[in-house]
Amino acid sequence: MREFGYERVFDVSGAVALLGADPDARFLGGGTNLVDLMKAGVERPARLIDVRELPLDGVEFTRDGGLRIGATVTNSDLAAHPEVRRHYPALAQAVLAGASGQLRNMATVGGNLLQRTRCGYFTDLSKPCNKRAPGSGCPALTGEHHNHAILGASEHCVATHPSDMAVALAAFDAVISYETADGPGELPIADFYLPVGDTPHIETALPPGALITGVTLPPAPVAAHSRYRKVRERASYAFAIGSIAAALDVQDDVIREVRLAFGAVASRPWRARAAERVLTGGPASAEAFAAAADAELAGAEPLAENGYKVTLIRNLVVAVLTELTEEADR
Amino acid sequence: MTTTTGIAAVTGAVGSAHTRVEGRDKVTGAARYAAEIPFAELAHGWLVLSTVARGRIRSVDDAPVLAMPGVLTVLHHRNAPRVETDYVGMLGRPNPVLGIFQHDRVPFVGWPVALVVAETSEQAREAAEALVVRYDEEPHDVAFFAGHPGAYTPQNNPMVQAETEKGDLEAQLGASAVVVDEEYTTPEEHHNPMEPHAATARWDGGRLDVVDSNQGSTWVASELAKLFSLDPASVRVRSEHVGGGFGSKGLSPHQVAAVMATTVLHRPVRVVLTRRQMFYLVGFRSPTAQRIRLGADADGRLRAFDHQAQSLTSTVHEFVETSAVLGRVMYDADAHHTLHRLVRLDVPTPAWMRAPGEAPGSFALESALDELAEKCGMDPIALRARNEPETGPVSGLPFSSRNVLACFEEGARRFGWADRDPRPGLRREGRWLLGTGTAAATYPSGVGPSTAAVTAEADGTFTVRINAADIGTGARTAMTLVAADALEVDPDRIRVRIADSDFGPAMFAGGSMGTRSWAWAVTIAADELRERLALGGAIPPEGITARSNTAEAIDALAKKERHSFGAQFSEVAVDVTTGEVRVRRLLGIYAAGTIVNPLTARSQFIGGMTWGLSMALHEEAIRDQASGGLVGADLAGYHFAAHADVPLIEADWVDDPVPDDPVGIKGIGEIGVVGVAAAIANAVWHATGVRHRNLPIRPDRVLRAAEGARRA
Repeated sequence: MREFGYERVFDVSGAVALLGADPDARFLGGGTNLVDLMKAGVERPARLIDVRELPLDGVEFTRDGGLRIGATVTNSDLAAHPEVRRHYPALAQAVLAGASGQLRNMATVGGNLLQRTRCGYFTDLSKPCNKRAPGSGCPALTGEHHNHAILGASEHCVATHPSDMAVALAAFDAVISYETADGPGELPIADFYLPVGDTPHIETALPPGALITGVTLPPAPVAAHSRYRKVRERASYAFAIGSIAAALDVQDDVIREVRLAFGAVASRPWRARAAERVLTGGPASAEAFAAAADAELAGAEPLAENGYKVTLIRNLVVAVLTELTEEADR
Repeated sequence: MTTTTGIAAVTGAVGSAHTRVEGRDKVTGAARYAAEIPFAELAHGWLVLSTVARGRIRSVDDAPVLAMPGVLTVLHHRNAPRVETDYVGMLGRPNPVLGIFQHDRVPFVGWPVALVVAETSEQAREAAEALVVRYDEEPHDVAFFAGHPGAYTPQNNPMVQAETEKGDLEAQLGASAVVVDEEYTTPEEHHNPMEPHAATARWDGGRLDVVDSNQGSTWVASELAKLFSLDPASVRVRSEHVGGGFGSKGLSPHQVAAVMATTVLHRPVRVVLTRRQMFYLVGFRSPTAQRIRLGADADGRLRAFDHQAQSLTSTVHEFVETSAVLGRVMYDADAHHTLHRLVRLDVPTPAWMRAPGEAPGSFALESALDELAEKCGMDPIALRARNEPETGPVSGLPFSSRNVLACFEEGARRFGWADRDPRPGLRREGRWLLGTGTAAATYPSGVGPSTAAVTAEADGTFTVRINAADIGTGARTAMTLVAADALEVDPDRIRVRIADSDFGPAMFAGGSMGTRSWAWAVTIAADELRERLALGGAIPPEGITARSNTAEAIDALAKKERHSFGAQFSEVAVDVTTGEVRVRRLLGIYAAGTIVNPLTARSQFIGGMTWGLSMALHEEAIRDQASGGLVGADLAGYHFAAHADVPLIEADWVDDPVPDDPVGIKGIGEIGVVGVAAAIANAVWHATGVRHRNLPIRPDRVLRAAEGARRA
């Protein structure tokens, strides 16, 4: 095994300063993904900067009634937080749909956002992968890809983003805060994950050396009536083959507001804005839900073996929006 | 319903639940596994596997690696000790993969090309990962599909008769009122026990001493003796605790590599496989493509039976996944044909994975029976009862005992089968469609010659020595109970020592044969000791020992069809809009002879049934056509059932006396797996009206099938 340095930091500026001085260093949160990748040789940091003890583990209301979630809040604490469960139930459900109890106890919000894809080519050094070794090729295009992207992919990479949490955050317009040596900054989640294009190895718009400090959820009354549904190849402990975060506000049989985001279909959580546009102001009916899904999925470009995801996502949109509608009627 | 005992039951230990005698050691961590046992001066070996699927090694650049910290040696085809691979062992000719580092040919991804040995495991790994091996690559073929042009019928394979045939198949099919003609596939599956394979080898006073994790130390010792041209008496192999085997823990390259390295370095060397290496080096279940043709009269009586199964093997060794053997036991017909075909591909050689042959074979055959029942408008259990044979359908031999219908009867009663509406696609609960299914199970009850020694100690206790392997089955406990009954003493007075080749030859833990084979040897030795003790007199300090060897008794056993049987029942829920399948209930009822320890037996049945569930819904290794290797070869990528997938499982058994067998044990290691995948697939059909003939029944397949059914 390659030796690496380890340091624990207790303040944000110290963390940023340490990383800035060492381009081969990585921040270590719960380590539930990074350490696995180190074991596989995919990540080879010279130094780990352990940020778990940073004072970023709070969940609090913002002045405008949103929620600010610290970057080191564990997935377990996030899912159990009463205000998250009350105001953004799909977020708690999404977190609980991921990994296992032990992993959620370790994993942090910041680390969850920065998870790497579980594409089997990415994690295997004996095979080419443009995300791991730019320019080496993408064997998934013609190889194993039955759980790969149908939206927004490119000829260079068809991997999906594995996070459940990020799908709910995308539906709720989360804003990601970070700190760099030059000061703080923030990115709306819509801009946080970059399109794949010909640079699949560059996954986020975070500036070099940046440390994620937290995630802010703007106030969104519609989010209180929301749901996350995940479909996977076993009942637990597997990444999604398709998932959906949905929030719905129906009044007098008219959709006042709807939020939709899909997981496991793209290199990032996929906010379904086309579907939302089709639905907003219209009826809450199965036909309308299906038409909205079709509008979003019109741009899908499935590969040979993952076309079923189009059907799956369409069915999930109809099923989950129907459930939310029926619950609102009660 | 629990059977009592077939052997002298004065203490009644056999048939009574008993916790594992080494259970406390295992749960407290006191039990040490192969890779944990300390040795002075221990060095660590790390295997380097080929990354190409076919070709020759051009060079192994060992010089830079030898300069790395702690590195002691790099063994490869240019410098490794020679081994002898031209011999016939316990199971026939050795797999050529045991002849590591003997030549420059690479026949598959994962072929061992070097062993790096260093002072620490970490140093060995780092150096192994740094070692540059260059290849002259050749085109490869790893594509398995039905009707591959290279398919052939194996001739004179020692493990199986490839083909059996009687009657005029086409004529009987033509005369049948009802015909089922379908193709079924099962994917490549892997057995990955929790404990990785690990072996430590050293020379000790002129003897080779290997501390291993295996399923049979007699087997491993005898093969190592042959490979290294040693006197068998000068090889000792021990394997005290084993964290699962499932057919994967026989001979693998790591044991050979450890012996080579200790021979070169004159110090103990340990080689442990990584999880990913296990996917290439310890065998796997071949994918299968099976075609089944059944022809029957309108009342379900079979006129024609045809089961043809294609599997793969490597280019260096022939292994047959014996999927078509079930029909030779289960169902007779006027015309009866079974056939195995093989395709040689540039992949590692498959091996015995729990319920080899019967697991994939029963998925196809017991699915086809269900399809025939549907076409005949018959209850699936009634169809099986209609076709219950009097004697072996191919051999004509009598059955030692055959209580498969008793299993169906008891299972149907407990499952509530009588209330079942046979029509598919009718039951809904919210988003879930519900269905139930059943299937038969069978597995051969074999036995292998074994020796045992039982000693009456001066302190009033007894020591049993037998080279058995406890791979998690509870073998040590089972032998304690068997010896207690034979000696007519309390189990607490008996100490059982196992897994040491110095105890003398014994059967390995495999093929559901271990417990039956060992119990036989222990019973004979204990009987003799009891008779000698009955003569009275003081026990000397060294004790009194009686020994046994069952070879002659086994030879004298009457030729019969000897098998375990069972009936599997399942209830599933299917959401056809998402493709999710959830198993809600499993029930297995078995006729498996004497059940030695109901506590561990139930665990073993339930474990087998969980394997069947996992096979039905989850397990599938993906071979990358471009590289010839696997994609996602780890326990994150290779899915098996998680706890949340495993529902209420019940397992029980019916009385199944075997009058002419001195032990009465049939073996239960594999039968729990057999038929479960078919019972689940049949239940999925009952829930949805769609047949799934390709495993695993993944969500995308359910979704596509639902789409197809809607368009049709």
